[in-house]
Amino acid sequence: MASVLRFRKLCYVESAVKCTSVGYESFEIDEKLDKKEEDVLSANNFALEINKKRKQPKRQPKEWRCLDSCCWIIGYLCTTWWLLLFFYHCLPVTLLRVPELPGPGVKLKREGLTALHPVVLVPGIVTGGLELWEGRPCADGLFRKRLWGGGSFTQIFKRPLCLLEHLSLHYETGLDPQGIRVRAVPGLVGADYFAPGYFVWAVLIENLAKIGYEGKNLHMAAYDWRLSFQNTEIRDHALTRLKSKIELMYISNGYKKVVAVPHSMGVIYFLHFLKWVETPPPMGGGGGPGWCAKHIKAVMNIGPAFLGVPKAVSNLFSAEGKDVSYIRAMAPGVFDSEILGLQTFERVMRMARTWDSIVSLLPKGGEVIWGNMDRSPEEGHVCDFSKKSHSKTSLTTNNVNNSEVKRGFLVKDLANYGRIISFGKPASVLHSSKLPTADSKEFSRTSTSENFNNFSCGEAWTEYDEMSRQSIQHVAADKAYTTTTLLDLLRFVAPKMMRRAEAHFSHGIAENLDDPKYNHYKYWSNPLETKLSDAPDMEIYCMYGVGIPTERSYVYKLSPNSRCKSIPYQIDNSVHGEDGSCLKGGVYFADGDESVPVLSAGFMCAKGWRGRTRFNPSGIATYIREYRHKPPTSLMEGRGIESGSHVDIMGNFALIEDIMRVAAGATGDEIGGDQIHSNIIKMSERINLGL
Amino acid sequence: MSFLRRRKGTDSSKSQNLRCNIVKEDEKNNLYESPRKESYNSKKWSCWDSCCWFIGFVCSVWWFLLLLYNTMPASIPQYVTEAITGPLTDPPGVKLRKEGLTVNHPVVFVPGIVTGGLELWEGHQCAEGLFRKRLWGGSFGELYKRPLCWAQHMSLDNETGLDPPGIRVRPVSGLVAADYFAAGYFVWAVLIANLAQIGYEEKTMYMAAYDWRLSFQNTEVRDQTLSRIKSNIELMVATNGGKKVVVIPHSMGVLYFLHFMKWVEAPPPMGGGGGSEWCAKHIKAVMNIGGPFLGVPKSVSGLFSVEARDIAIARTFAPGFLDKDVFGLQTFQHLMRMTRTWDSTMSMIPKGGDTIWGGLDWSPEGSSFNCGAKTLRNNSINNTGQIPNINLANMKDVNYGRIISFGKDVAEAHSSKIERVDLLDSMKADMLANLTNCDIWIEYHDIGDHRIKAVADYKVYTAGSILDLLHFVSPKLMARGGAHFSYGIADNLDDPKYQHYKYWSNPLETKLPDAPDMEIYSMYGVGIPTERAYVYKVTTATDCSIPFQIDTSAEGGSEDSCLKGGVFSADGDETVPVLSAGLMAAKGWRGKTRFNPSGIPTYIREYSHAPPANLLEGRGTQSGAHVDIMGNFALIEDVIRVAAGATGKELGGDHRRCSPDGIPTVGGSKPQPHWHYDRLGAVAK
Repeated sequence: MASVLRFRKLCYVESAVKCTSVGYESFEIDEKLDKKEEDVLSANNFALEINKKRKQPKRQPKEWRCLDSCCWIIGYLCTTWWLLLFFYHCLPVTLLRVPELPGPGVKLKREGLTALHPVVLVPGIVTGGLELWEGRPCADGLFRKRLWGGGSFTQIFKRPLCLLEHLSLHYETGLDPQGIRVRAVPGLVGADYFAPGYFVWAVLIENLAKIGYEGKNLHMAAYDWRLSFQNTEIRDHALTRLKSKIELMYISNGYKKVVAVPHSMGVIYFLHFLKWVETPPPMGGGGGPGWCAKHIKAVMNIGPAFLGVPKAVSNLFSAEGKDVSYIRAMAPGVFDSEILGLQTFERVMRMARTWDSIVSLLPKGGEVIWGNMDRSPEEGHVCDFSKKSHSKTSLTTNNVNNSEVKRGFLVKDLANYGRIISFGKPASVLHSSKLPTADSKEFSRTSTSENFNNFSCGEAWTEYDEMSRQSIQHVAADKAYTTTTLLDLLRFVAPKMMRRAEAHFSHGIAENLDDPKYNHYKYWSNPLETKLSDAPDMEIYCMYGVGIPTERSYVYKLSPNSRCKSIPYQIDNSVHGEDGSCLKGGVYFADGDESVPVLSAGFMCAKGWRGRTRFNPSGIATYIREYRHKPPTSLMEGRGIESGSHVDIMGNFALIEDIMRVAAGATGDEIGGDQIHSNIIKMSERINLGL
Repeated sequence: MSFLRRRKGTDSSKSQNLRCNIVKEDEKNNLYESPRKESYNSKKWSCWDSCCWFIGFVCSVWWFLLLLYNTMPASIPQYVTEAITGPLTDPPGVKLRKEGLTVNHPVVFVPGIVTGGLELWEGHQCAEGLFRKRLWGGSFGELYKRPLCWAQHMSLDNETGLDPPGIRVRPVSGLVAADYFAAGYFVWAVLIANLAQIGYEEKTMYMAAYDWRLSFQNTEVRDQTLSRIKSNIELMVATNGGKKVVVIPHSMGVLYFLHFMKWVEAPPPMGGGGGSEWCAKHIKAVMNIGGPFLGVPKSVSGLFSVEARDIAIARTFAPGFLDKDVFGLQTFQHLMRMTRTWDSTMSMIPKGGDTIWGGLDWSPEGSSFNCGAKTLRNNSINNTGQIPNINLANMKDVNYGRIISFGKDVAEAHSSKIERVDLLDSMKADMLANLTNCDIWIEYHDIGDHRIKAVADYKVYTAGSILDLLHFVSPKLMARGGAHFSYGIADNLDDPKYQHYKYWSNPLETKLPDAPDMEIYSMYGVGIPTERAYVYKVTTATDCSIPFQIDTSAEGGSEDSCLKGGVFSADGDETVPVLSAGLMAAKGWRGKTRFNPSGIPTYIREYSHAPPANLLEGRGTQSGAHVDIMGNFALIEDVIRVAAGATGKELGGDHRRCSPDGIPTVGGSKPQPHWHYDRLGAVAK
C-alpha cells in the first residue's frame, strides 16, 4: 500500500518535474534507495524513456497498475450510473410509467361509487410494524425506529442478537421484559408495506382512496401482534382505542356503520373485539348488547384463520415450516452446524415462544374439526404440485365429481391429515390400530428425568433444554398425534409457555354455550366457544384464496444432533409420497391459500354460522367468497392481480372490488352471494358438529 | 504491472545493467507488442481516464469509510463528543427519570403552521405516483422535480378556501406528522424522546395534526379534525384513569387550540357540544410554546408581498436575481398565489389594532430593546443596570406602531409632518382594473396602477389600518378570511355576536372557558431581534410582478439601530415579538379579567436565547428561536415536570428574565426593563 501511494505521489506531484532531465538525476540516486522505492522510481524512469523514444513530450504516460485499473473501472461505472440516473430523473414521469391496468378503484369510480361506510382495517400477525420506545444500550439510536416491518430489516443483520432480545417478550408474563418497550406502529403506515415494495394493505388503501376514502373514514387498527389479545388492551388499551375510533367514525361520517376488514390473525382478533366490546366493564369494553348491531355493517374477513393453522404447530414445535425444511434438504448442515455459534433456530424458537399470539393460531376444535387418527374432513383431496395453472384448474373442477373414484385408486397413499404430527412415515400411514396410542397420561414427568441435563447446558434457551433425553425419545417413539393430543404434547414439551398462553386462549368446542365460564375472555377468540353478537343486520364474509397446496400435517424425526441447546425434532424432509400424493418433503398438503387451509378459513361461514345456529343465535348472514389462485402471467404484474395466496390476495382485484362495493353500500347478495371453488361444503358436511 | 514483475530479477543488479535491461526489454516489448500497438497507445492516461480514476478512488475510499463507520459500535460518536466537549449534561428526560418522575398526565401536541406534514390522497395527472407521499415536510424532493405541479397541489380553492376539484391533500396523522420537519430538522422529536424517557408512549401522547392551510373551522368542516381531537382527548383521559391532559400547542397551534377550547364547549351545529365543563374536566394545563396570541407582523409582509427579512436580504445581495424571472419561473408570484389561498395565514395578522400594536407615534415597546445586544451577551453581567439607561439615552424612539411605511424618512418623521392621501378617497375614485395578460393570477393584477399609487401615497399604516390596506389590495382574499377570523377587541364580550366561530381564535374577543383549575403557560424565547415593522417601496418592475417590496436600502444610523435592511426589529423569538407572545398571560388573562372570568392562573416562562456553543450541539440546547426552542432543555424540563404532575407554582411561577425592579432573577445574562408590566400595562384597556 505504502509503495503504491508513493508511486502515485510521484506520478502526480512530481510528474511535471520528472518530465525534464531531473528524471535522470533521480535515477542516479535510486541505488541508495530501498528496494521498493527503487521499483517505483525505476518504473517511472522506464516510463520516461518510453516517453522519450516515442517523442511525446506533452503527456507523460503512466502504466496501469491493478489498483489503478480497479479505480478506473469503479469510477467509470459510477459515472455512467450517475449519468443514467440523471437522465432517468430528467425524463418526464409519465414516460417511464408502466402502463398499469386500471385497478378496481378507477373502474368503480367510473361507475359512480363513492365512499359511504367508514372502513377499519385489522392487520394480521407478523405484517404489522413494531417500533422501539425504550431499550437496552445495545439498541442505542433506534428510538422510534422500526424493529420489525415497514422499513428495511438492516438492523436485524447489524445486531441480530440485540434485535431478538428486544422482540422477545417476558417468558412468564407474556408482556414487556424489564426495561424494554416495543410498540406497534400506529396509523396506515403500520401495515401498508411490510418491506419496501412488498405491499400488504397498500393496494387496497390506494383503491379505496380512488373513490374518496381518506384518513377520516379509513382507519388501521394497529396492535402489537405478539401479545395475547386481551393483553393488547391491558398494556396498550388497543381495544378501547379501536372502540373509540369506530364510534368516532360512525358519528363523524353521518351515522354510517363501519365495515371492518380483518386479515389473517386479525380475524380472530376482531372476533375477540366483538365479544369484548359488548361485555361489561371490568373485563370488557362496556358497549352494551347492541353495540355491534349499531356500529358494524359487515366484517369482511380476508384469509381468516378462524380455526387455527397447522403452520403454527410446526412453528411452536420446532421453529420451522415448509420453507425452512426445504432449505435444510438442499443444504444439510447449514442450519445445524451452528455457523459462528449463532444457533439461529434455537434463538428464533425462544423468541417465538414468548409470543402468546402464536398459540392463538393452534388448530381449534380438536379431532371433531381436524380429523382423528384415521379420517379427516379433507380426505380424498388430490394434490397437484405442477405449476401449470391451467391444468390445475381443470383438475380441481373435476375434483368434486371424481373424488370418489380417485379415492379408490389412492387408497394406499391416502393422506391421514388428522395426524397432524407423526414420527416417521410409517406412523403417518399405518392404520391407527397398529400404532402405539399416545395417551396424555404418559406425559407426566417423573421427578427422576426432570432437569436431568440442565446443568451441563448452562443457560436454558428453550424449554427443550429442561427435558431429559429419555422423555424426548419417548415423545417420538413411533407415534402420531392429532390436534387433541397435540395440545398435550405441547404442554409436555413446553409447559411454561402453554401455561402462560392457555390463560388467554382456548382450543376446544363448547358443549353448552350458556355455561357462565364462557364469559371469560380466553374463549372470545375461538368461534367454537363463543356466540356471535345479537346483530341480525350485520354480515360476515369469509374471503380467501384456494388452489395452493397448504401445509396441513407433518412427518417428524428426531434431529440427529444430540448436543444440548438444539431443537430435538425436525421435519423429516426425506419423506416423499408417490406421484399425486399430498406428501412432499415431510409435509402433507391440502387445499388452501398457502397458509390457511380451506377448512379453517371456510368452515364457520359454510356451516358453523350458516343460518341460525347455536354459535350464531341471531342468524347473521354469512357469505363465502373464494378466489382461485392464478400466478402472475408476466413479470410486469408483480405479485399478481389474481393471486390467491395468503398475503398476495390483498392485491387481488376481484377481492378489492368486493370490498369496495360493500364499503360503498352493497350487501352480500348484491355482490353475488357465495362464490365457491373448493370442496368446503363437502368437507363441512363430514364434520360432525352439533349446531 | 507486467513491467514491474518482469524486471524483478534485475533488482539486485547495477543500475547500468538495469538501464540496459530496461532498454532491451523495451525493445522486446515493442517487438512483442507491435501488433497490439493500438491498444497499447490507448492505455495512456488521458484526462478522461484520470477523472474516472479519481472518481473511482474517491468512491472506494468513501465506501471503505462507510463500511468502517457502519461496523463501528454505536457508542463511539458519543464518546468522541464527550472527549471534545467534556461530559455531556444529561438530557432532561434522563435527569428527571433519575429524580423518579414517571408518566402521569397524557400529553397532546398541537403543531403550528408549516411544521406539519401533508400528504397526497388524490391528485391530477402530473402528480402520479405520489399517492400518500409527503408533499410538504420530509425531503421536499417533488418540489424540485415538478415545482408547478407541486404548487398546484398545495394550493387551495381561491373562492372557498377548501380543496380544489380533483385534489385532496391531507395532513399526515400520528406523531410522525410533525416530529421532524425535514430529515434531521427536528420539531417535536426531542420533546417526544425526552417524554419517552419517563415512560410516555403512543397511548399517552397524541399529535393533534391538522391541515394547517385551512381556516380553523374548516378543518372541522372538511376533516372533522376538531371532533377527532375531542374524541382522542376523552379517550386518553378515560384510559389513563381520569388523569387530565396537558396540551402543548406551538406557534399557530396556540390559536388553533384556543379555537378548539371555544368550539368544544359550544352547542352542536357550530361547536362540539361538550358542555360548559368540558375543559375543566379534561384539561390540566395548556403550555403554549411561542404563541402568536396577538398575531405576528411577519404575516403582514407575507401577505402583502410574500417576503420576509430573509428574502429581502437575498435581494440585496443579488439584486435582480429574484426579480428577473429567471427561466420564466416567476417564483414569487407562484408562491404568493399559493400562500394566498391558505386561510390560516390570515389568522396571524396582528390583532387588537392600534391599542395593542401602537399608533403612529407610540408603541408599547418604546425603545427598550437593544437591537445591537447580540454582541453584549457574554460580558454584560457585570454592568447590570447601566446598559439599559445608556441605550435609552442614546436611542431614538422607534416607531414600531407604523407596521408599514413607505420610505425611511416617513418611518422616522413625526406623524404631523407626514402628508397622507386618504385611502378611502382613492377607493371611491377607483377605476376599473386594467386586466393584464399575466400567466399567473394574483389579485395585484386586478387592481390598477392607480390603486397601487394610492397605497403608496397613504404612506404609513398602523396595525389598525393594515387591515384596510389588505382589504384594499386583495379584497377577495380578505373577504374569504374575514368569514373565519376577526382582529378586533371586544367591548362587550356578552354580545351574542361573539358566539360566532370567527372570534374564537382571537383572545381579545373571547372569554376563556370556566375552568379555574386549568393553567395557562406562555413559554417563549427572548433575546433575538424579531421583525416588527417594515419600510416599503414601490417596485419599478414590469406588469406581472408584485408591485411592493421591502426597501432593503433603509438602514438605521448606528450599530444599535433597530432598523436593518428595511425591517424594524424588536425583542422576540425571531418570529413572534414578545408583545404578542406574552401580553395575554402577563396582563390580559392575569387574575380575573373580563377575558378570563374564572381566573385561570397564567404563568410566563421566558427562555433567554443562547446560540449553540459549538457545532456538536446542533441547533442548541438553550436556543430561544421560534422552532429551535423545542429543543431547549429548560423548556423541555418544564413541560415534563408539568406532565408528571407539577403545577405552575411548583415550577417556580413566572420565569422572566428579570423582575420589575431590574434585578435579574433567572440566568441574569442581560437585564432589561420589564416592560410587560409598566409599559404594556397601560395598554390593554
